[in-house]
Amino acid sequence: MKDAGLASLSINGRPVEVASDPGRRLSDVLREELGLRGTKVGCDAGDCGACTVLLDGAPVCACLTPLGRALGREIATVEGGVAEDLQASFLRHGAAQCGICTPGMLMAASALLTRNARPSRGEVEAALGGVLCRCTGYAKIVDAVMATATAAPALPKAGAAVGARVERLDGRPKVDGSESYGADHVPEGALLVRAVRSPHVAARFALGDIQSWAARHGVQVFTAADIPGENRFSAIPAFADQPALARDRVRMRGEAVAIVAGPPEVVEALDLATFPVDWSEDTGLRDPDSAESAGAPQLHEDRGGNILTRGLVRRGDARAALAGSAHLAEVEVRTSFVEHAYIEPEAGVAWMEGDVLVIRACTQAPVMDRDETAKILALPPERVRIIPAATGGGFGSKLDVSLQPLIGLVALRSGRPARMVYTRRESMASTTKRHPAHMQARAGADATGRITGMVFDGQFDTGAYASWGPTVAVRVPVHASGPYRVPAYDARSRAVHTNNPVAGAFRGFGVPQAAVAQETLFEDLALAAGIDRLAFRRINALKDGDRSVCGQELWGVGIDDCLAALEGPWAQALAEAEAANAQGGRIRRGVGVASCWYGCGNTGLPNPSTVRAGITREGRLRLHQGATDIGQGANTVIAQIFADALGVDLASVELIGPDTALTPDCGKTSASRQTFVTGKAALLAGQALRARLLALANMGDEASIAFENGAVVLREGARSRRIAPAELPLDVLGYALSVEETYDPPTSGLDADGQGVPYAVYGYGAQVAEVAVDLDLGTVKVLRITAAHDVGRAINPALAEGQIEGGIAQGLGMALMEEYIPGRTENLHDYLIPTTGDMPEVRSILVEKPDPEGPLGAKGLGEHVLIPTAPAILNAIRHASGARLTRLPALPHRVRAAIREAAP
Amino acid sequence: MGAYLQPRDLDEALRHLAQGPLTVAAGCTDLFPATERQRLAGDVLDISGLAGLRGVSRHADGWRIGAGTTWSEVIAADLPAGFDMLKAAAREVGSVQIQNAGTLGGNLCNASPAADGVPPLLALGASVELVSASGARVLPLEEFLIGPRRTARRAQELLSAVLVPEAAGASTFRKLGARRYLVISIAMVAARLVLREGRIERAWVAVGACSPVARRLGALEARLVGMGAAEVAGLEPGFLEGVLSPIADVRGSAEYRLGAAEELVRRSVGELMEGRA
Ligand SMILES: Cc1cc2nc3c(=O)[nH]c(=O)nc-3n(C[C@H](O)[C@H](O)[C@H](O)COP(=O)(O)OP(=O)(O)OC[C@H]3O[C@@H](n4cnc5c(N)ncnc54)[C@H](O)[C@@H]3O)c2cc1C
Ligand code: FES
Ligand code: FES
Repeated sequence: MKDAGLASLSINGRPVEVASDPGRRLSDVLREELGLRGTKVGCDAGDCGACTVLLDGAPVCACLTPLGRALGREIATVEGGVAEDLQASFLRHGAAQCGICTPGMLMAASALLTRNARPSRGEVEAALGGVLCRCTGYAKIVDAVMATATAAPALPKAGAAVGARVERLDGRPKVDGSESYGADHVPEGALLVRAVRSPHVAARFALGDIQSWAARHGVQVFTAADIPGENRFSAIPAFADQPALARDRVRMRGEAVAIVAGPPEVVEALDLATFPVDWSEDTGLRDPDSAESAGAPQLHEDRGGNILTRGLVRRGDARAALAGSAHLAEVEVRTSFVEHAYIEPEAGVAWMEGDVLVIRACTQAPVMDRDETAKILALPPERVRIIPAATGGGFGSKLDVSLQPLIGLVALRSGRPARMVYTRRESMASTTKRHPAHMQARAGADATGRITGMVFDGQFDTGAYASWGPTVAVRVPVHASGPYRVPAYDARSRAVHTNNPVAGAFRGFGVPQAAVAQETLFEDLALAAGIDRLAFRRINALKDGDRSVCGQELWGVGIDDCLAALEGPWAQALAEAEAANAQGGRIRRGVGVASCWYGCGNTGLPNPSTVRAGITREGRLRLHQGATDIGQGANTVIAQIFADALGVDLASVELIGPDTALTPDCGKTSASRQTFVTGKAALLAGQALRARLLALANMGDEASIAFENGAVVLREGARSRRIAPAELPLDVLGYALSVEETYDPPTSGLDADGQGVPYAVYGYGAQVAEVAVDLDLGTVKVLRITAAHDVGRAINPALAEGQIEGGIAQGLGMALMEEYIPGRTENLHDYLIPTTGDMPEVRSILVEKPDPEGPLGAKGLGEHVLIPTAPAILNAIRHASGARLTRLPALPHRVRAAIREAAP
Repeated sequence: MGAYLQPRDLDEALRHLAQGPLTVAAGCTDLFPATERQRLAGDVLDISGLAGLRGVSRHADGWRIGAGTTWSEVIAADLPAGFDMLKAAAREVGSVQIQNAGTLGGNLCNASPAADGVPPLLALGASVELVSASGARVLPLEEFLIGPRRTARRAQELLSAVLVPEAAGASTFRKLGARRYLVISIAMVAARLVLREGRIERAWVAVGACSPVARRLGALEARLVGMGAAEVAGLEPGFLEGVLSPIADVRGSAEYRLGAAEELVRRSVGELMEGRA
């Protein structure tokens, strides 16, 4: 009866023996005992569905299934349990971005398709409702399930990759379950590492008798005292303030005070509540108003008034301009902490290779990880190698180091591989969030609807440590005008420390919050001026040659093109809403519009990317592409640009990296910079290599280049020339022929009034949201979003649409449901992100107004896409119901209260 | 490490339970999320293999639904319109994955104030059957659920079945949450009506997530008798005040919950009167 010994399972039609306890989660048995790591774990609680497998054909969460229940039944997993045409369809439709949800999606879809080969959209949505995806916005996943029979498009010809809907080059492993994420690589004999974390928001602590505790449990313990280097880090070195392990004081919940390492079965079984630590709890500062109040205790000694940084952009006399305006409007808005909620909690493993510490973990910024880890562990940077694992979503949070220094410390000290996998709760409690903002803004317009001036003030809760708080404080005033002509402007921001979670980078660095204030403010002005709301925005849209609020002369400005593209959808949406509302009833339709602009790359600071390309002696073409692809598509887009610049077939490009030992620095995957900055470096590298080959062959620019049977063949007219790399001497980089090109966007620092050239390239966009509001329940259903985005040049339209749909899903979540409350929503059932059933139809319009600086005219897109969504939805809610929301998210109870206020 | 028992029949299961406390595991959709560990805690009695605890059957004195019946099985069962609200609730439980594993019995024994199964079963006048090695007893559902996360089950007992005496009329269920799937209710209402010539002859109404335990609303049911559609639509704001005691939490304020529950009652009852359910 009491089961011990081996038990038999049938997995994907094959019998398998397992030794595990029958009470274990099937997900854990599959992954850790059987090495079937295609099944993912995002929560261990049934909330994310990443672990979905089929039990006798029915989808279940493997994390909620005890092994004992699966005995004698047929288990299907992504490794062998999915039809090839479904996998191919996912690839073709771009249904996998980061790919961490893909195995669960594939399994849920397989179960549906077995029952129902031609499901409706609604049936697909219901069948996939239990699998969360944070990247795609679901549309392409649903498309892929509905159209498994469509044929794959032909590969583009040499020189025609840019602009083609090329399938993700790194997509195959994402759809067959073989992609290896942070938790999926487990070296033999790896120690398991767990962290002891603070249950308090603020406390002093003293560690007790650790040695006996460790000895009693047969584990090793490491604390701040074991850290050989500088025990503080930050995304921005000048603000380094966050300890890898706290020494005697914690400033937030979830802060690590010690790590425990040992054999996996021992460490897993530990009850960390018994760890000897004495806490003396402080009240802590729970909100920025108390943190700013006189006499408030200070979180960091050198940061008076708990102010981390301030930002300011000032141009003209805004207050005077407002005083003389025909129309005035004013808003005050608060937003909440927003959790990134990538489906992959932080995970990774570290080991020693000779005297080099190798860390393989999920990340968005390998070189920053290397430098910060090296500093903490007192190693020279060359003795730390970062191999980014496939990353299951990042959205800004995986720019900061998390477990890297911790597993690095254990590997360095023990000489053994050390592995750490955050629980969902640990991930949510200890990593960064979007800044909650409290914003006040005023603006004026003249009688013809032209904006005269704007004043903006934003307080951003930056939490316990600096992270990207300074960047948010700088970006917000630069962008708070929106993509509009604002002749007189005064925008201020400040990042305030509290004992809340660290607020860091999250898609848009504070600009999405600022856009909520600005776009609802301009909505008021349009209404006050009695001008159609879209027309009002067009009247004020920036045009080529205009100056921004920073005084920068702008070219390649596509906002009016985006707004113009929305005229038709806007008119139709308004007419449909009016017709629907004419029927009466308590469900009212509404339409709203909002714009965005966003500068690509660091603000007024250097941020170069270097791309290397080489031809091996065997005649293979290698592209060292150091931009981490966290699902957004850098691997594909950068290769497309490079292939066209060189003039070769995309299929002949082999991708190398990213890996700090193999790829030059392409900077971090943030600030929507990779397509622009790394793309430009790739363009230059492709052009340089082409020039070298043309010179060698003595041919003109009309020549074609092909890699054929170990040689490079150039043809021009009737002439053809064969270059045999095997005959060339190897260069210093070990190639027969190689090039390395660096691009750094031309920007200049901002002066005391925020004047200067903060970015070399901006992207623009605007979205129309159509909603239905239930006047009695306050629920909001978003029916459709039409999104026009100026990408300059759509390098890969399918990937661009994927970014738009995914960004809109995050914007919708921020608008309607996402609110992180420390200690209360540290899981994915209390913290809600959109499911398949919450997404509206998304219609994407790609506008291509070339940028003079961007590669082939291209601009960034990754962050832009979510900026207009929340304000467009809020403006639509207002149009439908009169409700003016002043607090995000617009949860039903808040919407209903606002409706009551508008029409008592 | 604890034992993991997989009895083959009910008697064997009850013998185990008689010997000492065990964690009863059905679908594990409440048990596993309660721990971060990779194994269920303690000594476990897995009852998922007990065929006798599954399925729906009709008897002279009503219907019997085995406690181990999954939500998916409830959805697929052949049941009269009076059960539509239970099926609708089943479709709202989590996701397909959760419905394939989670059971009716687990939902009742877990006794969450937001358990979606409870209001429909209350509005069906359900009782529960509890069995132990020393015999069986039947309790009205209201007496079984005694508080948030608290039931009248004794440690050596299994919940074996839910008994529904009659299911006359048509029924409906409405759940309000902040997203479409995988969502815990802000408020939910189950309603069942027998109509005669456009007026309510009998009514059963229960509301969940607005009190420590979901409540059947006897006074409202009495008030509804004789009403027509217009009177239902005109139920005055505040008609459930004092009857329900919602709390404020991350999902909504108390005041909002009460108003939403009232509106859900108006709509559910109204929809049944118009025959739209
Ligand atoms: C992602 C997710 C979403 C969910 N969504 C919903 C939802 O929308 N609505 C909702 O109501 N619930 C929801 N739940 C909760 C859960 O799925 C249901 O309550 C389910 O019905 C529980 O059944 P189970 O068989 O899985 O219970 P188990 O987890 O196996 O058991 C639950 C409790 O009941 C006891 N128990 C179970 N069966 C018996 C028995 N026969 N006799 C005695 N004791 C028993 C167990 O010991 C345990 O204490 C959700 C859960 C998850 C993980
Ligand atoms: S890991 Fe199983 S549902 Fe998230
Ligand atoms: S692709 Fe779905 S979570 Fe990333």
